[in-house]
Amino acid sequence: MIKKYLGSRWSPFVATFSVILFFYLKDALATTSVVATSITFGLPLAMAAMVGIMCERTGIVNIGIEGTLLVSSFIGFFVASVSGNLLVGLFAAVCMGAVSGLLLALLSVTWKMDQIIAGTIINILATGLTSFFYKQGHTLPSTFPEIDIPGLSAIPFFGPVLFMHGPLTFLGFFLILVLWVALYFTPWGLRSRSVGEHPGSADTAGVSVVRMRYLNVTIAGAFGGLTGAYLTLELVGSWDRGFSAGRGFTALALMIFGRWNPLGALAAALFFGVAQAITNQLMITEVVTIPQQFTNMLPYVLTILILAISAGKVRAPAAEGQPYEKESA
Amino acid sequence: MKYVRSWLLPVIALAIAFAIGALMMKLQGANPLKAYESLFSSAFGSSAGISKTLGKATPLIISGLAVTICLRAGLFNIGVQGQLLAGALASAWAGYAIHGLPLFIHLPIALFFGTFFGALTGIIAGALKAYRGVHEVITTIMLNSLVLQLGEYLAYGPFKEPGQQLARTPEVLSSAKIPDLFGMPVGFFIAITLAVIAWWIFKKTTSGFRLETVGRNKNAAWYAGISVKRSILISMFIGGGLAGLGGAIETLGVVGRYEPAFNAGLGFDGITIALLGRANPLAVIPGAILFGGMRGAGGSMQFAAGVSPDIIDLILALVLFFVTAPLIGKWIKTVRGNEAITTGGWGN
Amino acid sequence: MKTPLLELTNITKKYPGVIANEDISLTVNKGEIVALLGENGAGKSTLVKAVFGLVRPDSGEIRINGHLIAPGDTAGAIAHGVGMVHQHFQLVPVMSVTDNIILGDEPTRGLFINKRAARAEVLALSEKYGLQVDPDAIVENLPVGMQQRIEILKALRKDVDLLILDEPTAVLTPQEIDELLNVIRNLAKSGVGVLFISHKLREVIAVADRIVVLRNGKAVGITTPKESDEESLAHLMVGRDVVLQVEKGEAKAKEVVLSIRNLHVNDDRKLTAVTGFDLDVHAGEILGIAGVEGNGQRELVEAICGMRPRIKGSVLVSGVETPDMHPRRVHAMGISHIPEDREKHGLVASYSIEDNLVLNQFDQPPFAKGWIRNAYALESNANTLVKEFDIRTPSIKTTAGALSGGNKQKVVVARELSQKTKVVVAAQPTRGVDVGSIEFIHNQLVAARDNGAAVLLVSAELDEVLSLSDRIAVMFGGKIVAFLDGKDADRAKIGRLMAGLSE
Repeated sequence: MIKKYLGSRWSPFVATFSVILFFYLKDALATTSVVATSITFGLPLAMAAMVGIMCERTGIVNIGIEGTLLVSSFIGFFVASVSGNLLVGLFAAVCMGAVSGLLLALLSVTWKMDQIIAGTIINILATGLTSFFYKQGHTLPSTFPEIDIPGLSAIPFFGPVLFMHGPLTFLGFFLILVLWVALYFTPWGLRSRSVGEHPGSADTAGVSVVRMRYLNVTIAGAFGGLTGAYLTLELVGSWDRGFSAGRGFTALALMIFGRWNPLGALAAALFFGVAQAITNQLMITEVVTIPQQFTNMLPYVLTILILAISAGKVRAPAAEGQPYEKESA
Repeated sequence: MKYVRSWLLPVIALAIAFAIGALMMKLQGANPLKAYESLFSSAFGSSAGISKTLGKATPLIISGLAVTICLRAGLFNIGVQGQLLAGALASAWAGYAIHGLPLFIHLPIALFFGTFFGALTGIIAGALKAYRGVHEVITTIMLNSLVLQLGEYLAYGPFKEPGQQLARTPEVLSSAKIPDLFGMPVGFFIAITLAVIAWWIFKKTTSGFRLETVGRNKNAAWYAGISVKRSILISMFIGGGLAGLGGAIETLGVVGRYEPAFNAGLGFDGITIALLGRANPLAVIPGAILFGGMRGAGGSMQFAAGVSPDIIDLILALVLFFVTAPLIGKWIKTVRGNEAITTGGWGN
Repeated sequence: MKTPLLELTNITKKYPGVIANEDISLTVNKGEIVALLGENGAGKSTLVKAVFGLVRPDSGEIRINGHLIAPGDTAGAIAHGVGMVHQHFQLVPVMSVTDNIILGDEPTRGLFINKRAARAEVLALSEKYGLQVDPDAIVENLPVGMQQRIEILKALRKDVDLLILDEPTAVLTPQEIDELLNVIRNLAKSGVGVLFISHKLREVIAVADRIVVLRNGKAVGITTPKESDEESLAHLMVGRDVVLQVEKGEAKAKEVVLSIRNLHVNDDRKLTAVTGFDLDVHAGEILGIAGVEGNGQRELVEAICGMRPRIKGSVLVSGVETPDMHPRRVHAMGISHIPEDREKHGLVASYSIEDNLVLNQFDQPPFAKGWIRNAYALESNANTLVKEFDIRTPSIKTTAGALSGGNKQKVVVARELSQKTKVVVAAQPTRGVDVGSIEFIHNQLVAARDNGAAVLLVSAELDEVLSLSDRIAVMFGGKIVAFLDGKDADRAKIGRLMAGLSE
């Protein structure tokens, strides 16, 4: 029974919404603020999970998301700080992310390296590069300002939750939806998924496996760059060593939890964001104290449990992790 | 010829990494020769420097071994970090909470605590792999974060030093501290002994042969009657145990307590060192000494040449890049570390 | 003279140690069904892969409708109207039939896939060629025959002039085969040229307009069903001349050592592969199992050796039942196994020869004393066996992966036959092995027999079975269809039995 419930595609949605509803009925005002904060917590994780989804759907394992976030947020922050222009910083972060994606593609597609080592290299390189070039004392002119969408933001609950955010938040949500639509309803999506599931079938149908993988891993890297920019230029406003704080690894967990589906991962990330926001809220009101650390553990524990329970049922893209050899087609 | 190849690749990788590091310094307007000279003379030029270097190398040898042994058995243990933390946490607790024991009982107990909890963390991933087919990389990454959070919770909560503002455990009792021997850290000798034992086990014993056969060809291992599941459990248990011991030695010999800022980067350095040594337990030693020296003496470059010690991070990252990327490996074939690893999907 | 649809001239393709295709020329005309007939390893697949650009021939010309196709140019072949149905289906298991068929050339509306148009197209295609499919079904839930239809529709969607089918019937049930043959006939009627690969005589005679027989990479005969019958084709296919003659004395068969009782085994897809098997092998004889590959031989061998679960039945050595799914204990009871896939099961490529020579006895004395391995015993064992089994290697420390196929196999044979053994199970013992090593391995198997072992030989090479066996069992459809005496076994008769024909 539990197995069946956890196995359901909609379980993250159901869990999230039932939790929200329960608390909204108890305390509308606090719940509104909690849910609004949970978006702040959840969105960067969801965006990072998209990086993983785009790569893994074409068969490339990416454990270098953490490195991509770190290095692109770093570049975004410093370029914005030096140029005094947030948009230039944003552009630089996206480019840096794309470069990290390109590097992963080079290592894993062209050189056919073990993809996990390739990802590890990106993480370690990112740590090395950022800590070397890091200099204290830089500040941003500002962060991206919040946009309140006129009219809509006045709606109770949904207004503050959905329509009062910074521009990159809106962009992030929009792009997650775009990715979902693209993955399931466009030729690009069909080809991407077929490359990740059975590259031989794509190849014999005239779809270049190598080109597809390069394209997607690079786009994913750029998206990771956007995520890094969001973190530093909109959410936090500063940068420090180890800035990505393990979000890239949490994203992997959410990707699996959401079954490699953009909406699934988004729901999982929001669920996690809600849990974190509730803990914060409870700490402020001192009703109950659940240590912050335990909510932080949630995605990891859930991922391990889900993988253990549904071994063989949670299906990763079948060709993941394997370099494609044309000869065996 | 084969012998030459096995050390040529790491040496070339190191040379290229140092060259790029020099270029970076030059770009910053510093004098790389001066920086490197001060780095090496302060790491290896005096007995105090050497002692410091070996102290830094100790946990690196052990975490490098923890990765190496799993690599030999065909597993990529990214979880060394978490296992190390678990070991540090458990040994710190055993070090401050158990009272009234003499050194020769208390210290081994504290070390055992660290080893055991490291092994426990490791074998969770091992069991999930062996019985449920869950990929060890994903579980060890998850466990890394889990243990980190758990440690933070304990250091803020139940294990917190009374009356302290900072989140940290009380200091371990002197009866659980690792003493120095003739000015040399004892932990270093333990680490060297472990490396030699690991080397000997793979070289000489049937157990080593079993693990290695599974690592190289699972199907042939099964055909030859070796239990693949048992090998996975054993290697993750030993790997985790070693990492835990490394954390315990660092805690009981250097740091003296557990604090959330505990140097978990040791785990990632361990991966780099293992790959640099191409999964040879003895090759871990020079790699760890080099890394330990650079980590320990990095600050001297600031004095001598105005170079940020963070250049070390960059150089070490480049070393890993060049040693694993087939750039150089193409003409120096057979990177054993890579051969041993095969990665599948997360789900099964 | 009208241009043939496909014209191959003097195609030659060599692999190290093997000539896959030697100087092959053939033509296919519009609306014609040409069958490529030959045993496993005769070079059929290599030839059609060359046509489709998946293999680069060393020499020779490929022309489609008169256009010269560059070697290895898959895109060019597709552009000139060649479609191929692969032996191993190229389908995405988790996707729908429609998605699989439209992949690579999707009907769109704006940026999106036009799912309605795609579905309609699949239905129209299915109607046009009389191949019923459910466009919304998920491929992995479909039976193999249905998956093949999808594969065919995928190929036909691109308006092919020439359709290549690589062993299309290998995995089909008899009913599915009949349906497929009808489809092929209809296609030919509509003007498509068909190149059809098979080693099954009956199908070839039933459907082909012309038959090209390949043997050992050479085209040994071109004929038509009218001019030939199954017997003559079987002759052409397996050849008259015995290439390898093995010197061996009279078998002195003694008591039964290996007995198999009512054995049932499934294949990887959980379908029955071995059905109710009984077999006795005596000490001092070689029992050869002849048969076209895929008739349950692999599953039989793996079940005997404890590497595949036995669904029902038992395997006994000298009357004692052997354990299921425990290769090591089976081996300890006296069954040596030369595995079919030596790279996967037989060897650890990155281990030295001396380690490979003790792979399944590394912890037994004298190779280990308790926990410690005995380097001296390993070395002396390796030195002895390298000499005795003529393993050509620079050193016993050389890795097995660095050896030639023949020497790799000799390492496996040396390990298995040097141990005290009651039964030797040899699966495809000379596959991919050079002629010199074949002879040597054959002599070793005969020597094992003469030393009193019961030898079970499984081979897809009929020549090998004929020249080695004292008794021959012919396997078809998971059963033994006949036992024959090795001395006066008739090749043509075996060929018919192998093809599933009654005598």
